[in-house]
Amino acid sequence: MANDDIWILGINMTKFGKHPTLDSVDLAAEATLAALEDGGVTMKDMGVIAAGNLMGAAAGIGQQLQKQVGQTGIPVYNVANACATGATAIRTVIMAIKSGETDMGLAVGVEKLSGAGMLGAGFGAGKSDEWTRTGRYGAVTGLEGKLGTDMMPGVFAQVGMEYGHKYGGTSFELFARISEKNHKNSTLNPLAAIQKDMTVEQIMNEPMIAYPNTRAMCSANSDGAAAAVIVSGERLRTLSLEQQKRAVKISASVLTTDPWEEACQILPNVNTLTRNAATQAYEQAGVGPEDLDLVELHDCFATAELVHYDNLMLCPEGGAVDFFESGAPFRDGATPVNVSGGLESKGHPIAATGIANIWEIAHHLRGEAGDRQIEGAKVGLAHVIGLGSACGVHILEKSGL
Amino acid sequence: MPDQIPMVEYLVLGDEPHLEANECTACGARFFDRRNACASCSGREFTKVPIPTEGEVRAFTIVSPFIPGTDPYVPAVVDCGGTSVRANIVNTPPDPEHVTLGMKVKLTTFSIGADTTGTEAINYGFEPID
Repeated sequence: MANDDIWILGINMTKFGKHPTLDSVDLAAEATLAALEDGGVTMKDMGVIAAGNLMGAAAGIGQQLQKQVGQTGIPVYNVANACATGATAIRTVIMAIKSGETDMGLAVGVEKLSGAGMLGAGFGAGKSDEWTRTGRYGAVTGLEGKLGTDMMPGVFAQVGMEYGHKYGGTSFELFARISEKNHKNSTLNPLAAIQKDMTVEQIMNEPMIAYPNTRAMCSANSDGAAAAVIVSGERLRTLSLEQQKRAVKISASVLTTDPWEEACQILPNVNTLTRNAATQAYEQAGVGPEDLDLVELHDCFATAELVHYDNLMLCPEGGAVDFFESGAPFRDGATPVNVSGGLESKGHPIAATGIANIWEIAHHLRGEAGDRQIEGAKVGLAHVIGLGSACGVHILEKSGL
Repeated sequence: MPDQIPMVEYLVLGDEPHLEANECTACGARFFDRRNACASCSGREFTKVPIPTEGEVRAFTIVSPFIPGTDPYVPAVVDCGGTSVRANIVNTPPDPEHVTLGMKVKLTTFSIGADTTGTEAINYGFEPID
């Protein structure tokens, strides 16, 4: 292992779902203590913390966590980057290590979202006595429902429909079948919020949220946390052989935002920044999409999964429908996608998601994924996207030892 | 006829209601909101340009009512001669049989109600071209 390589030494995710008796700090502490134990280190070994809790971004979750698990005086970076918050925390620790300021750090993300309902737009102020212009569009009333939607289900529904308009081949049923795949995968993941095998008919007959996404095709709002201990190659070489064997190499870590293109301020363009992040990640890691043994991508809605097959270049441009129909993204396919069950069933505690998907990949690379193990997995990719927008892509590789 | 104001500043009322974008004089990028500078080239000069009132539906969704007693609505991206516009599809049943990708639509305006002075706020949407 080269001195300037970056590795995951320990990593953990809590069970996702409802945790009515635990607060955000409890969940973050649970994941943190387990990640430290997994890596065989303690808070005293950490040189930096990057922590995310999107819904409580002003509260300083990093310091709240320290007060429960170890106040060692190290710098804390509280980060917020929409659904890419967890990936941003990971990347922040990596940058601190790469800069030479420290050789080991902790990234943690936590969210309490059970029962939160639909995320996205507010409905604006109530009607005043006289029409008064506010905001950047000079609107006299809230725009939600009057001029399109900012609610996540409707935004990502349009993203999938736009892909269908451009390339053809999509249908309500196709998107439901993508969801069926992920729900089936979740039955093998005991940490998933929802473990329920559902037929296409059941999925299509669920309450419609925003056509073509029914409730089962939307990510599950849930509580949960995930944490990772990240270490430099130089420091890892000083640790035990067992620690070195279980360490997972971070071959690429990329964060992008959306470059300006026509229409990107009308409907968020989740495609270009994902494609840019993937391109940079493959180049950094020196691997191609064909080398990936598994992928965890950001299926916040079934419609999103389809477009990211293409954006991550798992298929030729415009070929996402054919890719799905070929069986490639299924558990036994050429490029298994979301074997964890994906956000639609594993759950989506926002700031935890970008670390939990890395945990899933690492679990397989270590050969510790139990019933859902992808046999012989050596390389995997984890992707998240947060609207606004921010995209994180990490490529992970099994230790060669 | 009561006084009217457009619901958003980029809607121009009158005999031929239309939308008006802020176009960057340096690179031609178009925006509908108040600008500090251009997101494409950072240019600081803009000119007002009218947007074609007919276009094609490039993406849509049908959002189910989450406030009891309200109707589904149909957010869409409409390609108006190369400029993308955000709006609801109106004056047609909100279902995938009546709203389709590639459908030709035209701009229409309608009142969303009056304030205490009697001034009506006017919104826009796009309706199918027969």
